[in-house]
Amino acid sequence: MTSELHIQERSIVVPGQVLATGLDYLPSKGTYRFNETIRANRLGLAQVDGKVLKTIPLAGRYLPQKGDLVVGRISDVLMSGWRVDLNTMYDAVLSLAEASNEYIKKGEDLTRYFAIEDYLVCKVTQVTSQNLVDVSVRGPGLRKLTGGMVFEVSSSKVPRIIGKRGSMVTMIKKGTDCDVMVGQNGVVWVSGEPKMQRLAFDTIKMIEEHSHHAGLTQQVKEFLEEVTGREVE
Amino acid sequence: MAVKRHDGRKWDEPRPIVAKAGVIPQADGSGFFKIGDSTAYAAVYGPQEFHPRKLHDPKRGVIRCHYNMQPFSGPGSRGRPGPNRRAKEISMVMENALSPVVQLEDYPNTVVDVHVEFTETDAGSRCAGICAAAIALADAGITMKDMVASLAVGHLDGEIVVDLDGVEEHHKGEVADIPLAVIPSTGEITLLQMDGVTDPKLVLNAIKTGRDIVAKVAEVQRQALLDRYPADSPQWKALAKKYTEAKQ
Repeated sequence: MTSELHIQERSIVVPGQVLATGLDYLPSKGTYRFNETIRANRLGLAQVDGKVLKTIPLAGRYLPQKGDLVVGRISDVLMSGWRVDLNTMYDAVLSLAEASNEYIKKGEDLTRYFAIEDYLVCKVTQVTSQNLVDVSVRGPGLRKLTGGMVFEVSSSKVPRIIGKRGSMVTMIKKGTDCDVMVGQNGVVWVSGEPKMQRLAFDTIKMIEEHSHHAGLTQQVKEFLEEVTGREVE
Repeated sequence: MAVKRHDGRKWDEPRPIVAKAGVIPQADGSGFFKIGDSTAYAAVYGPQEFHPRKLHDPKRGVIRCHYNMQPFSGPGSRGRPGPNRRAKEISMVMENALSPVVQLEDYPNTVVDVHVEFTETDAGSRCAGICAAAIALADAGITMKDMVASLAVGHLDGEIVVDLDGVEEHHKGEVADIPLAVIPSTGEITLLQMDGVTDPKLVLNAIKTGRDIVAKVAEVQRQALLDRYPADSPQWKALAKKYTEAKQ
């Protein structure tokens, strides 16, 4: 039996749609084999990598994964750590050992370090099979966030907002003179001059809405140059 | 024996269908499904934190459906608002119809809430609800091995019909109404109920007819999801204008 591909690269596929027939193709993330066909199991953009087929999700809540850089909110102070809301269905815990380079004494008031409603950039260090999550703020670039504004985007659009090797987010930073932190969980923190914060917000929201289009980086560059009236590298 | 259907449809012709995805921006995923005069809105929230904790399943997530007809949705008389025995039952059969395709083992200890509201009902509401809910689940990015397409079949005085409307359901002679939900790729049936008078042969024939027609419903659902992501380019110029004009 000959194998045949039924979709084009980057075309939108829906659950159950046949991506390929034949045994030569292999299913990867977001696809599965059903008899002689490979089908999508989520709404997304099809990606063909040689013989491997996968889908890039277009929607969906964030699922924590080890190593992800995320923006979290302290939702509770525990006996020996903090509970962190990562904008997902599973709560994360920040333990004392992962909270600071200083030694934190027993019985100390933990709100001196992080209080409820504080936002922080942290890294997911561990995820168990039951999706219990541990995070850490020890490491380069991990810190408490002060000032600025926080908003949410769909976590599946985050790779588009960051761009290849950070190209998109670097451009937004330069174009708006803002400090921008895009967490893998879809929480975005922007800090800068109020007008520029607004510009960064609008730009990111536009990218989110049209993430399935090609050539966004160039369009964003032209847009920021037009608005700010100066060249954006 | 009726010669023709009262609204001029062919025996195996469903009522006109309109389907959309992403109609409720606040929800994680949403769907709209209108077949004839039955209109369903579905909103999916989740997978999200599940309370009370005693209902948690550590192996797989839980899907929870809420079926609700608006008091003004029926033909004339105002229905009694709020949950009732019938809504509870239909919520349950909808859960059973949808859960075989949803890969709930990806979301342990969580719940996926599916709210289905009806603004207008004229028979076949549970089928419209399942179709809308399947669109909403896919739109929410939840992993599912396929869609679920649903349609009522039945017979009017021995003549096999597809998608009975309110008038046909209240036909004076012998009538059977069989709501059916099918997973298009495998042909598995996830919902099968029956109301009326019939014999086994008719039921089997009706199901056979329904399976063919349900593929058309699945195609409408698929198109609704594709239309959610329009091909028109981002309106950067309009956004830029907003900023350049504010400056002047």
